[in-house]
Amino acid sequence: MINITINGKPLSVAKGSTIMEAAKTNHISIPNLCHLEDVHQFGSCRICVVEVKGAKTLQASCITEVREGMVINTHTDKVRKARKVLYELLLSDHTKDCLSCKRNRSCELQELGRTLGIEETRFEGSRSKFYPDSSVSITRDMAKCILCRRCVTVCNDIQGAGVLNAQHRGFNTTISPAMDLPLNSVDCTYCGQCTVVCPVGALKETDSIQKVWSALNDESRRVIVQVAPAVRVALGEEFGLEPGTQVTGKMVAALRGLGFSEVFDTNFAADLTIMEEGTELLNRLEKAIKGDKTTLPMITSCSPGWIKYIEHAYPRFLDNLSTCKSPHTMLGALIKSYYAEKINVNPHDIYVVSVMPCTAKKFEIVREEMQNNGVPNVDAVLTTRELASMIHEAGIDFARLEDEPFDNPLGMSTGAADIFGVTGGVMEAALRTVYELVTGRELPFDGLHVTPIVGLDTVKTAEIKIENPVEAYDYLDGVTVKVAVTSGLKGAGELMEQIEKGESPYHFIEVMGCPGGCITGGGQPRSQDPEVRLKRLRGLYKEDEEKVLRKSHENPFITSIYDEYLEYPGSYKSHELLHTHYVKRGEFNEYLNSDILDNALRDLEKRRASDKPAEPEVSDHRLREEIESARIIALEAENARLKSELEDTLETVNIFKQVIAGGTHKHN
Amino acid sequence: MNSEPAKCEHCTKDQKQKFDEIANIIDLYKGKEGSLIQILHLAQEIYGYLPLELQKIIAHSLNIPLSEVSGVISFYSFFSTVPRGEHTIRVCLGTACYVRGGKKLVERLQELLKIQIGQTTENGKFTFEIARCIGACGLAPAMMIDDTVYKQVNVNKLESILSKY
Repeated sequence: MINITINGKPLSVAKGSTIMEAAKTNHISIPNLCHLEDVHQFGSCRICVVEVKGAKTLQASCITEVREGMVINTHTDKVRKARKVLYELLLSDHTKDCLSCKRNRSCELQELGRTLGIEETRFEGSRSKFYPDSSVSITRDMAKCILCRRCVTVCNDIQGAGVLNAQHRGFNTTISPAMDLPLNSVDCTYCGQCTVVCPVGALKETDSIQKVWSALNDESRRVIVQVAPAVRVALGEEFGLEPGTQVTGKMVAALRGLGFSEVFDTNFAADLTIMEEGTELLNRLEKAIKGDKTTLPMITSCSPGWIKYIEHAYPRFLDNLSTCKSPHTMLGALIKSYYAEKINVNPHDIYVVSVMPCTAKKFEIVREEMQNNGVPNVDAVLTTRELASMIHEAGIDFARLEDEPFDNPLGMSTGAADIFGVTGGVMEAALRTVYELVTGRELPFDGLHVTPIVGLDTVKTAEIKIENPVEAYDYLDGVTVKVAVTSGLKGAGELMEQIEKGESPYHFIEVMGCPGGCITGGGQPRSQDPEVRLKRLRGLYKEDEEKVLRKSHENPFITSIYDEYLEYPGSYKSHELLHTHYVKRGEFNEYLNSDILDNALRDLEKRRASDKPAEPEVSDHRLREEIESARIIALEAENARLKSELEDTLETVNIFKQVIAGGTHKHN
Repeated sequence: MNSEPAKCEHCTKDQKQKFDEIANIIDLYKGKEGSLIQILHLAQEIYGYLPLELQKIIAHSLNIPLSEVSGVISFYSFFSTVPRGEHTIRVCLGTACYVRGGKKLVERLQELLKIQIGQTTENGKFTFEIARCIGACGLAPAMMIDDTVYKQVNVNKLESILSKY
């Protein structure tokens, strides 16, 4: 312990802690902006400066460690004045259009202004000129950026994607991909973690609210919604509830209130995924054991951020991915086939909206693989944050809603599906079903939880020995199935390195693109609570434990959909609707592009990995199409906005006309 | 005076040869902490400038993100991502040189070369830039052409200096 004095009070604090941490543990709050606990200690904004006796200048408390005998003053006149000047300088190059900013009232810069008691902005100078960069998933508006570099830290150090970094210098600095390229032309995975940590409105999901409202207002369309597991333990936070609060029933009620005709559960498709993916795993294991050609380890494919990551970073290993579509696209495909037939509606007239904790899902639905017979499986993806904003806009009093159940036949799910939203959950759900299918016995773990893979560690592993299987699975007798689970793309990179070196001991790997899994996805509510991941995790496990049926194969609607429609897991029909393939992209999209220097790069790569044969060429039409579709989406949104503006104006004109007519009448 | 345009060393080698040369340099420095700037220096010397494609090769070979490579390149004014002239003129506009008439040198050079700061002459001979102190304050105003420092330059000397190239 170290003895220091803060604001005249002698204190004893832990060695190695920063001034800010020491102050915080002693209930002194030092205002700050760029600092993000456990994630980003950079000292770039200097708002947290304090006076340290004997030091020549003010010290940034977030990066200065305490020393024995330090005398610190956190709120002297000098400090407060310095903070104000710093804040006003930040504002001098900021758009200040708070009233029409998405982050209004949830902006950390705005909040800080209030804390510091800012009432004027004395500095007017040059302003940086930037243009918003809109991809299908993420929109960047650098005019609002305050250069805190939190996004750079998550993108590089936590996700290991390295897409964003500071470019240029001084006043011209921007946080952007290399050479200021647009996001949709680089290897961005669209995981959206940057949008979660951005303190201002510079990084956010690309808006889908407008088109969902239009669909809901279109009488010719049947608008059906589905919700991912992780949304139900986070949505409440946007309405002042504690993180992890289960709001499943209220959420369903709110969605009906918004006007969706059916409210289905992505969880149903999670159960279905287990049937399909479990069967695929068993097939691969059988082939491997019998010496046939197959690819192991098999890796889960539910997380579209992870899918885009592997397509960019490890395009040679796409065969390791399960061919299963992600649950919400599976459900979308079923809504527009199985359910459409059931209710006798043309699939073209159905509009499927998915509420997801994820920004990458916005990109996933525009992939050409995610459509059947020219009809996209899912038409729009809303993030959890966007749904909350729609509920607010519709004037629904969320906290007072009565619980309502999901609609059937695509709304029932088992506990195994709930935990799809948390790291380790897909693996556990798969093991519950596969183990029971193979041995006829329940998974031998307390409460069905595979304890070694529960929790928030980056990489978790487990081994399960199969003994006395039922006759059909004789070949698995005595086999120890090795599994690994990781969340966050950095961990995924580590496991892929093992596979690349041929050293991966695993049969089955679960990867979720965001650290902690979907519970902390890029579309989830932004939280200041350091315990948020744990609280949401507990919420989902509780949701699982409260269910009577906790194994996917026990879901009666799953049984009936196979009986009625899909026949059996891995059937021709299910392959057509529920399975997919992946696209080689490469680190620089070089498999989608074809210019000379990219070829040079490919040669270089070939030279370095000469053991691998040359890859077949893919034309660049795909990249162009994806960029094009992003542009179309942006234009459509703009069009919708202008249309509604025009309508408003027309209405105003009409009102004026009436008023004038009334006035003239009276006058006469 | 030789009327034949001076042949740029860079243009005689074909692109592939240059890439190989750069690849060798990368192999030499690979794994050494903080070697990116050194590699970029040499790569620019060989290739003349650092286009996106070259940045990709460097990023890939060093196994670091492209955005980091581009970040370093765009931070330092020495690096260029567009083709450069055969010779680079850098007029120092650090405090000392500025006070001693650096600005006049800039104006005269713009007249002589018929280009603005940051541009390259039509014949590809000179790229004109300004520098923020080259550490020759005692010799102000100073300017550099490639690696040669010219001290206490005045506007009348400029023409004769340029004619050496």
